[in-house]
Amino acid sequence: MYVSHLQLTDYRSYAEVHIELEPGISTFVGPNGQGKTNLVEAIGYVAAQSSHRVATDSPLVRKGAQRAIVRAAIVKDGRQAVVDLEINPGKANRARLNRAPVPRPREVVGLLRTVLFAPEDLALVKGDPGERRRFLDELLVARAPRMAGVRADYERVLKQRNALLKSASAQFFKRAEPDLSTLEVWNEHLAVAGAELLAARLALVGELQPLVAKSYGELTSSGGPPVLQYRSSALAESEHPPLDRAQLVDILRGALAEVHVQELQRGVSLVGPHRDDLHLRLDELPAKGYASQGESWSYALALRLAGFELLRADGDDPVLLLDDVFAELDSERRRRLAEHVRHAEQVLVSAAVDADIPPELQGARFSVREGGVERA
Amino acid sequence: MYEGAVQNLIDELGRLPGVGPKSAQRIAFHLLAAETADVKRLANALVEVKERVRFCSVCGNVAEESECRICRDPRRDTAVICVVEESKDVVAIERTREFRGRYHVLGGAISPIEGVGPDDLRIKELMTRLADGQITELILATDPNLEGEATATYLARLVKPMGLKVTRLASGLPVGGDLEYADEVTLGRAFEGRRSLEF
Ligand SMILES: Nc1ncnc2c1ncn2[C@@H]1O[C@H](COP(=O)(O)OP(=O)(O)O)[C@@H](O)[C@H]1O
Ligand SMILES: [Mg+2]
Ligand SMILES: [Zn+2]
Repeated sequence: MYVSHLQLTDYRSYAEVHIELEPGISTFVGPNGQGKTNLVEAIGYVAAQSSHRVATDSPLVRKGAQRAIVRAAIVKDGRQAVVDLEINPGKANRARLNRAPVPRPREVVGLLRTVLFAPEDLALVKGDPGERRRFLDELLVARAPRMAGVRADYERVLKQRNALLKSASAQFFKRAEPDLSTLEVWNEHLAVAGAELLAARLALVGELQPLVAKSYGELTSSGGPPVLQYRSSALAESEHPPLDRAQLVDILRGALAEVHVQELQRGVSLVGPHRDDLHLRLDELPAKGYASQGESWSYALALRLAGFELLRADGDDPVLLLDDVFAELDSERRRRLAEHVRHAEQVLVSAAVDADIPPELQGARFSVREGGVERA
Repeated sequence: MYEGAVQNLIDELGRLPGVGPKSAQRIAFHLLAAETADVKRLANALVEVKERVRFCSVCGNVAEESECRICRDPRRDTAVICVVEESKDVVAIERTREFRGRYHVLGGAISPIEGVGPDDLRIKELMTRLADGQITELILATDPNLEGEATATYLARLVKPMGLKVTRLASGLPVGGDLEYADEVTLGRAFEGRRSLEF
């Protein structure tokens, strides 16, 4: 698939911009702070209806404006679909598909699929567990939009259960009898929603493993091989997947029972997918703390490339967005990454200067400057 | 800011659910321009609703006497109770004409985030009604969202020792939604296809 047209109205630094795009490689060059990432973020927003940079929508709306509009024409198997998203911070967003309103904006999630490489990707290796959970969950949603609902359900259960634990914990410390009559109910909901998310993540990690190893090997010959280990807060080291959903529900139930007293003391939920991590190893050693800068970058890129390969295997090529990443890489890794991605159906590359764009990735060139985008 | 009375009215209207500051202003000026008789009728309706309407002593539905119209109706099946969150859900279900039993209005759903626990709902009253042994089926028609499901699960577990038939409305209702917004056909079919809850 590819994006053939992008129109932004009051999005970030853009008052109004129209861009015609073609399949193959396009580059966006301009000094820092001119709006390159904003552009890439907008395309990512059409795919996932969330930004890779911020958790809420309000920063996406241009200063002083009420709402932002992103319109993208997506070509897939020779057919075009036009998605309009109206971003209304604090209110419900609205979406249209081929000009007709859709009842819920969620329904157009996944029409466009993207894989984004960004300088922040190094945090996949060096950052907190939350970064890696987000990587897995976003990939799950990109593959099956239904997972957005699973994720949201789990978040909601967690919020309710934490609210209950918090008030129960306050009672507990006052040595009063906490009201736990509904805890069982929330445990059950957490176990069921959590098991669905957990099962999906475990299956995903299994699929990613060989692809990450392959991509890593293509990017560098130093370090490795990469080994992915999903560490669940509910699973003991000895319990290994494959475990089916029903088994996972039981395991989560059991784990919740075990931490009951600690949860009352701390007033938060201590087991479930929100406390899990994806351990990244290079052979025996954890990448975090041991891998060199170059190896860490190779690992982060290999994770993204593996995601790309998975999406591609599901159907057609997702749109590849490479936002200012080449500046971070040494010349060998630049060349190898460029080699790897150049044949994707559509690749959008941004860089501050032309010199940062590998020669393998020459294509249509746009210059980005002061809220405008011009085809050079 | 407007002067005294106008601003008061805008402030009061703005406190109503779903009425933002702009709508409040629009309604206020509409009322200012309206016939005095029309505005008086509205004011009377507001006062009357607080004076005359109470909550049914049996089911918690809105009523004009001590018991609501449905609880007083001898043709209704006294063996079945349908549990809903709000009075407006009673109205939605009545529209389907599928249900001939009586209701129990909880006054909300369990939601720790909003500080609503079982004691804040009319659950004790429900248990009292069930205690007399006349009731054989309990239909849990709380909203098809997380809080509604949690409330249904809680109630199903609570009444389990009583050995009643406990059913939940069939899926087909839009998940994450409010019962009152389901159309009659969907809600009617959900009633027909209600399933037993096993706990
Ligand atoms: N909501 C907004 N309204 C107006 N300007 C914004 C908004 N959000 C970001 N910007 C501006 O966008 C610019 C950053 O754009 P960005 O795409 O990150 O630049 P780069 O080209 O370096 O990737 C900054 O100048 C910032 O002030
Ligand atoms: Mg940038
Ligand atoms: Zn009544």
